[in-house]
Amino acid sequence: MLFTASDVAQQVVSGLSTGGVYASLALALVLIYRSTGVINFAQGEMATFTTFIAWSLMHHMSYWPAFLLTCLIAFGGGVALERTVIRPVENASVLTIVIVTLGLALVFNGASAWIWGAEVRSFKSPFSTRPIHVAGVAFSIQDLGIIAVSLVLVVLLGLLFRFTKLGLALRAAATNPAESRLVGIRVGWMLALGWGLAAVLGAVSGMMAAPLVFLDPNMMVAILLYAFAAAILGGLDSPIGAVVGGLTFGVALNLISAYWNFVGGTLKLPVGLTVILLVLLVRPQGLLGRRVVRRV
Amino acid sequence: MARLLELEDVHAQYGQVRVLHGVSLAVEEGQVVSVLGPNGAGKTTTLRAVSGVVKTSGSIVFDGRKVGRSPERAARLGVAHVPEGRGTFSELTVWENLRLGAYTVRHADFERALDHFPWLARRRNQAAGTLSGGEQQMLALARALMARPRLLLLDEPSLGLAPIVVGEIFEIVRKLNEDEGLTVLVVEQNANIALDNSEHAYVLEAGRVALHGTSTDLRKDESVRRSYLGY
Repeated sequence: MLFTASDVAQQVVSGLSTGGVYASLALALVLIYRSTGVINFAQGEMATFTTFIAWSLMHHMSYWPAFLLTCLIAFGGGVALERTVIRPVENASVLTIVIVTLGLALVFNGASAWIWGAEVRSFKSPFSTRPIHVAGVAFSIQDLGIIAVSLVLVVLLGLLFRFTKLGLALRAAATNPAESRLVGIRVGWMLALGWGLAAVLGAVSGMMAAPLVFLDPNMMVAILLYAFAAAILGGLDSPIGAVVGGLTFGVALNLISAYWNFVGGTLKLPVGLTVILLVLLVRPQGLLGRRVVRRV
Repeated sequence: MARLLELEDVHAQYGQVRVLHGVSLAVEEGQVVSVLGPNGAGKTTTLRAVSGVVKTSGSIVFDGRKVGRSPERAARLGVAHVPEGRGTFSELTVWENLRLGAYTVRHADFERALDHFPWLARRRNQAAGTLSGGEQQMLALARALMARPRLLLLDEPSLGLAPIVVGEIFEIVRKLNEDEGLTVLVVEQNANIALDNSEHAYVLEAGRVALHGTSTDLRKDESVRRSYLGY
């Protein structure tokens, strides 16, 4: 086992890149959770489905046009899904909506296998896996690329939410739906846009993950679990928390599996579950979430 | 004077509970009209009916157009509703609250709000939830002005506030009415201050209009004096 500074740096960077994938998906979960109070269990399968769409598109065009087109399709699909499937149960109990999202997960999983088959496929990466050397440390270009894509995505979303009228309306609709309607915001459409944005985040995380873990209908199952862990670690109602949680979790998981032989690759999943359990026990609101105090 | 708002035989219910049993009232352009009555008489529901938060039957016409179906529509047509309990976006900043107030208009006009509430500029980056009750009520009013409304619906602006703050708030409402011709429909528990600041008033009891007239006439009415003014 190597324990040199350069090796640690390398592991951190590669952890940040998987962390970026977790962060994008965690952010998708948080977006929907904030506006509807529900975890979208279909987020991972939706991501897989859109990644398959990207895979098909890449037979007809080069990577980046296919990437953008997939994002557009994901956005439209997310909006349509909210309007048609979620809207009818909008006012139902949380349990009902959870069951609906679980059902959606099965539907998307089945649809992916039915349309594209269950075999494992390789997925093109836009970045070369060639290492570049900086100060004696070898970083893979792919890792740096994934980090960059995740960062760009997070910054774009941040700008949207912080500086645009639409972003402000999205935030208002998520926290105060009744007051939002009084100032003229179409809250129903804001929820649908939230689903669209979440679907785009999922699609990007899927397209970034696919070159690393290969594409198959169950590709995102484990990643969704890590994203849950990341979102809970950061605080389910905090978008910044989701990003911080995702990156922290990616780095931690990478370091643990690299330097603790006992965990290795096989015990990664239980580590994720342990994080969820510990955070829920010790700090249920997560690192950056708000503690909800109910006055009776 | 043109009739800006007219309710005719409006019924409303929450689930199985019927709250309004045929309320009719009218607000002329440029008037301040108050709605008085005991708890549960349907005062708040009347305002909620106008902005379409609660489902109703009967006719509600604002400026010649039917309203009362959705709050989004009412807001777009120029009805600004300041709900009970302020209804500010507590997690957002003062400035974001104002920007949201202007959601339905193309250009946000902060000048007008700041004319009446200059202190808002200094507190612009503070979360609305951390303001005092009186400040939140004023922010809610300022936010309502941002949309350049033609009709302001004010629900219990005095609720839980110190008398001096209530005085300030009604002072501003009066200025808005006198200087800028803003039409106001205000619901109040505090009959004294409501009658002082309105030209016309309705008394609701158990979901019906029990009495209405000019504020001066209602002041003289024996039953109003005993039930609502307390002398």
